[in-house]
Amino acid sequence: MNTLPLETAAHPEQLRRVVIEPLSRVEGHGKVTLLLDEDGHVQQARLHIVEFRAFEKFIQGRPYWEVPVMVQRLCGICPVSHHLAACKALDQVVGATTLTPTAEKIRRLMHYGQILQSHALHFFHLSSPDLLFGFGSDVARRNIVGVAAAYPDVARQGVLLRRYGQEVIRHTAGKRIHGTGAVPGGVNKSLTAAERDELKKDVYQMIAWSRDAVRLVRRLFEQDLDTYRNFGTFEARTLSLVRADGAMDLYHGGLRAQDADGTTIFDHVNYDHYWEQISEEVKAWSYMKFPYLKSLGSEDGWYRVGPLTRVTRSDFIPTPLADRERREFLAFDDGLAARSTLGFHWARMIEMLHSAEAIKDLLHDEDLLGSDLMAGGERQARGVGVIEAPRGTLIHHYRVDENDQVARANLIVSTTHNNHAMNIAIREVAKKYLDGHKLTEGLLNHIEVAVRAFDPCLSCATHAMGKMPLSVQLLDAAGEQVDQLVRG
Amino acid sequence: MTAAPAPVLVLAVGNPSRGDDALGPALAERLEAAAFPGVEVVADFQLQVEHALDLVGRERVIFIDAGTGTRPPFEWREVRPAADFLHTSHALSPEAVLATYVRVRGEPPPESWVLCVRGESFELGEPLSTGAAAHLEAAWSELGRRLAKRSIRAEHGLRAAATSDM
Repeated sequence: MNTLPLETAAHPEQLRRVVIEPLSRVEGHGKVTLLLDEDGHVQQARLHIVEFRAFEKFIQGRPYWEVPVMVQRLCGICPVSHHLAACKALDQVVGATTLTPTAEKIRRLMHYGQILQSHALHFFHLSSPDLLFGFGSDVARRNIVGVAAAYPDVARQGVLLRRYGQEVIRHTAGKRIHGTGAVPGGVNKSLTAAERDELKKDVYQMIAWSRDAVRLVRRLFEQDLDTYRNFGTFEARTLSLVRADGAMDLYHGGLRAQDADGTTIFDHVNYDHYWEQISEEVKAWSYMKFPYLKSLGSEDGWYRVGPLTRVTRSDFIPTPLADRERREFLAFDDGLAARSTLGFHWARMIEMLHSAEAIKDLLHDEDLLGSDLMAGGERQARGVGVIEAPRGTLIHHYRVDENDQVARANLIVSTTHNNHAMNIAIREVAKKYLDGHKLTEGLLNHIEVAVRAFDPCLSCATHAMGKMPLSVQLLDAAGEQVDQLVRG
Repeated sequence: MTAAPAPVLVLAVGNPSRGDDALGPALAERLEAAAFPGVEVVADFQLQVEHALDLVGRERVIFIDAGTGTRPPFEWREVRPAADFLHTSHALSPEAVLATYVRVRGEPPPESWVLCVRGESFELGEPLSTGAAAHLEAAWSELGRRLAKRSIRAEHGLRAAATSDM
């Protein structure tokens, strides 16, 4: 088994264990364990994510045309991303190598709506309390109500941006959830003129608010440059889709992998055979797999996906305001902001701005009202669909048998791609902020802030009342609980 | 002209493919079929900030969700705005949705109730458990009774005598 500094302690049996479980405001079942020695120094830091591995079983055996609807139930946070990635894979199965202009533009509109609403939720609701009040501030204040009290416009804009994205999804997918808008080979509806005009009314306001959000993150960096520059920061290889001309493209493109210094590892690779470039490693201590670039091996080949990668590693953004913000981001602090873990927030807001601009452009395209919705071709047994979901690269891969049933499915979700990178981030934070210190809620929250920067979504579409307590447990080396802290 | 929203909103949350998390969607489906006058049903995977905007212009709101470790077969209780954001992840509690409403609208939210139906198992691809199926029937009976009473009152232009009667 490959290990990295602080991944595995030399003598764990002699150490004290601190468990943070689950991570507040992070989906699903996440747990951080810190093994401390007698002096309170961190000897081992690990992020455990109880990844749900029954995805494939849930899908296998179903008729392929049901899959784009069923996969939305894998994740209540980004159902549209699964919907579109599944459709892209199944386009290949039905032989639709090229979609009609109307179908592709409707799907893109749906996707940009999803990116906009997801990024708005993450920044305004999940992360802004940490960023605006400080990572160690009073936990009772550090939530969206606290933000609303201190920054009422910010809180209100977050809700309305989110709602706008949902309305884009509703009009393109047919309904708010369980949408059927995209189907293998195309879409089953275009927009009516009335739907388009309704969305047009508010889009310029969404662009303006998105630009304000980018500027807000910039101000946060300027106010506390040292923290933002260094918090959980590490060098990482990257993976993302890019358009043929190198532009950022969140819906479609070829795979680009780069070293931390920007050197190309591979570029414009057709994702149809992604397994020739990417493999996954299992580690005994984690339920979640660790993907890596095959050419570099499992120890060196880990990489980072998501907004920070996409914004910094594409050659340009094909909408003017977002591209201008991207250039300012890259130049800020001699490029250090664009290499920092908290740079995720800045990049995420640039992507939100890009999505708002892209929505505006699409709403001025008559193809959205077209009636040529479906394409087809020679039936294939296999299909791969890749999309840049809000949290990063999402891969759907299906094999369909002669009875039109899914015989095999493989999904690699964004959070899995970032598994290794998130572990590195918490080790960096643990080393700097927890080593030798007394444990406090504020200090432990620094770990959560690092993980939240990645916006992991842990496939938790279920949310039953009473299911998500936050507890901090202190266990001795034998696993016996010696202390516990429960928030709220 | 935009039509006035229905006076009663039912916000039912849950994932129909996650075992007993389907309790909310199952009740939403029955409500849709029953078509009580003056009642709009919105189903979603989980509560989010934008649901606060669905509350605008309502007289009453009923949140329906599955519960784990809650009182069987269901709990029926009034809810008020609260900054209950700390333990949730991407999802909000009904109290937090109401708090968001207050912040966004600057006014008190509509009278709101929670119907929390006890579930037992929440695995992907599983059907409702036997226990949850029984809880569903009990909850449906109570919900139907309350909404039917409200409809009769509305027909005769009467308001609820007490808030506990919905």
